[in-house]
Amino acid sequence: MADPLLTVRDLRTYFYTENGVARSVDGVSFSVGAGETVGLVGESGCGKSVTALSLMRLVRPPGRIEPGSAIDFKGRDLVAIDEKAMRAVRGAQIAMVFQEPMTALNPVFTVGDQIAEVVRIHKGGSRQEAWRRAVEMLEVVGIPSPEQRAHEYPHQLSGGMRQRVVIAMALVMNPALIIADEPTTALDVTIQAQILELLRELQAKFGTSILLITHDLGVVAETVSRVIVMYGGEIVEEAPVEELFKNAHHPYTQGLLNAMPQVGHERDRLATIPGTVPPPTNWPQGCRFHDRCSYAWERCLVEHPPLYQIGETHTSRCHLAVEPDRRAQPHTPFVVQEASA
Amino acid sequence: MRRLVAHPTGRWAIAVIVLLAVSAIVGPWLTSYTGVEQLDIVALKNAPPSWAHPFGTDQYSRDLLARVLRGARISLLVSLLAVTLSIVLGATWGLIAGYFGGVLDTVMMRVIDAFLSIPRVLLLVALMTVLEQVPLWLLVLLLGGTGWFGVSRLVRAETLSAREQPYVEAARALGASHTRILLQHLLPNVAAPLIVAATLSIGNTIVLEAGLSFLGVGAREPTPSWGSVFLGAVESYAGNWWAVLFPGLAIVVTALAFNMLGDALRDVLDPRQVHLAHRLPDSATALPVVQRDPRPTAAV
Repeated sequence: MADPLLTVRDLRTYFYTENGVARSVDGVSFSVGAGETVGLVGESGCGKSVTALSLMRLVRPPGRIEPGSAIDFKGRDLVAIDEKAMRAVRGAQIAMVFQEPMTALNPVFTVGDQIAEVVRIHKGGSRQEAWRRAVEMLEVVGIPSPEQRAHEYPHQLSGGMRQRVVIAMALVMNPALIIADEPTTALDVTIQAQILELLRELQAKFGTSILLITHDLGVVAETVSRVIVMYGGEIVEEAPVEELFKNAHHPYTQGLLNAMPQVGHERDRLATIPGTVPPPTNWPQGCRFHDRCSYAWERCLVEHPPLYQIGETHTSRCHLAVEPDRRAQPHTPFVVQEASA
Repeated sequence: MRRLVAHPTGRWAIAVIVLLAVSAIVGPWLTSYTGVEQLDIVALKNAPPSWAHPFGTDQYSRDLLARVLRGARISLLVSLLAVTLSIVLGATWGLIAGYFGGVLDTVMMRVIDAFLSIPRVLLLVALMTVLEQVPLWLLVLLLGGTGWFGVSRLVRAETLSAREQPYVEAARALGASHTRILLQHLLPNVAAPLIVAATLSIGNTIVLEAGLSFLGVGAREPTPSWGSVFLGAVESYAGNWWAVLFPGLAIVVTALAFNMLGDALRDVLDPRQVHLAHRLPDSATALPVVQRDPRPTAAV
């Protein structure tokens, strides 16, 4: 990437709850180039959605972005600018596509009105103009007979159509970056493919960068060029997509890949990663994945691994990078040992 | 609106209210009496209903039909304006408290709790007694200004649930300001219960206004409001049932009509009810499920 569009440096988003400080995003750094599609992958609770909300500065109290975090977007630090300037960024420069197209649209307005509203927030202008633009956008996202559809309410549209409307709302101001938070999770598989195809098409057309947040590696494989894997509020592995699928380094990434259903591989049960993501108020000492890892040894219990550079564009937060021989000695993860003990 | 007319009680409520409104507006032209002048204190004192005076006359020989019609203007106007005022105040207060939440919400709601702990009628009687002169605009202010506490609670509760909807976050993510989210996104979504509350509250306010006039602290003689007409009749009751019956009936019928309208609106505006109404015929016929939805099941 010559000049990244978005560079996140040491992003920390903590929630100050009654049960302690939840370090949901804990020192995340990455960048997204212009026109690039980056996948952000991880289980529920690993911090990917909070990362997305932090980029938009939409984290609500008791959550807050800690001082020292920087979100550099087009040469401006989004953490530092005031709320009014941030509002001008939201929707116009960075837009978000949400997971639930059922509820991300306001039930009492027609979809045309909702797209037109975005135009009027950012560009002003007349109602008619905004409406024309809305109809245009509906056409761009592939909604048949957009003039009529624009007059319909969200409940009159199918899930896939609604997601198209949400995408139209995100794209109407031609933003430089779209953050898509699980955009296909709530949809049927066939519709999923259509929506992903649409995102690809639109990206090619408008040169928009996309940060695709998902837990579905299948979605990642066919959509993105680079993958960032998150676990425990941190980035644990980052690599170009082919590299990641061929040479996953971090045991967590390998676990995720093994848990994917694959055509042609008959298996009675899908592989799983034992245990669950620990609560963000209480990350484990050392490596945050050690209790679920088949390779963890003493070092993992005490020493928090840095992001090791294991290839030119490949990093992994695992001590196996310096002690690769350990890979030959898998054992039962500690969570399972504890459970059976 | 079409569903409201189709509603079994809503239809009648609307008919009664339209009739009342029309007679309140054109009332003074329906009768040749003003209801204020004393016709013939000897011959027409407490005259029973007759063709000349369908509702009879009162103890000052004033025409009761004219007085009830004039009273309709005042009672309806005062209630409507007062309710409008209380809805505006209550909705603003409730939206702000519910949307911003936190300490602001706590403080604002404790204020409401404090106000709600004061009995409204006593407060009004006390205020009006102190004020001595209560012109109608002040009556509106007092009724409206003491009637919005419940409304604000209702709106706050609705706002609390509405603001958690993803579309609110989506609107923020698209760059909408707080004001825009409040007015454009939240207000329309809390409008349904608000309209119901407003309608029900009109009925209550009419009764309250009548009650205050009856206690002698509302609209005052010779201005005829329903309460004061009723009061006059009761004070000088001497077997002249008509003087009590007609203004009393007017109050009861009006309040009933507004309450029925409120209930009907609740049925019509509640989305869950609508859902039910759509489903009932299907299950009632017990036929295999047929796609009744006329919209094309087009691809995405």
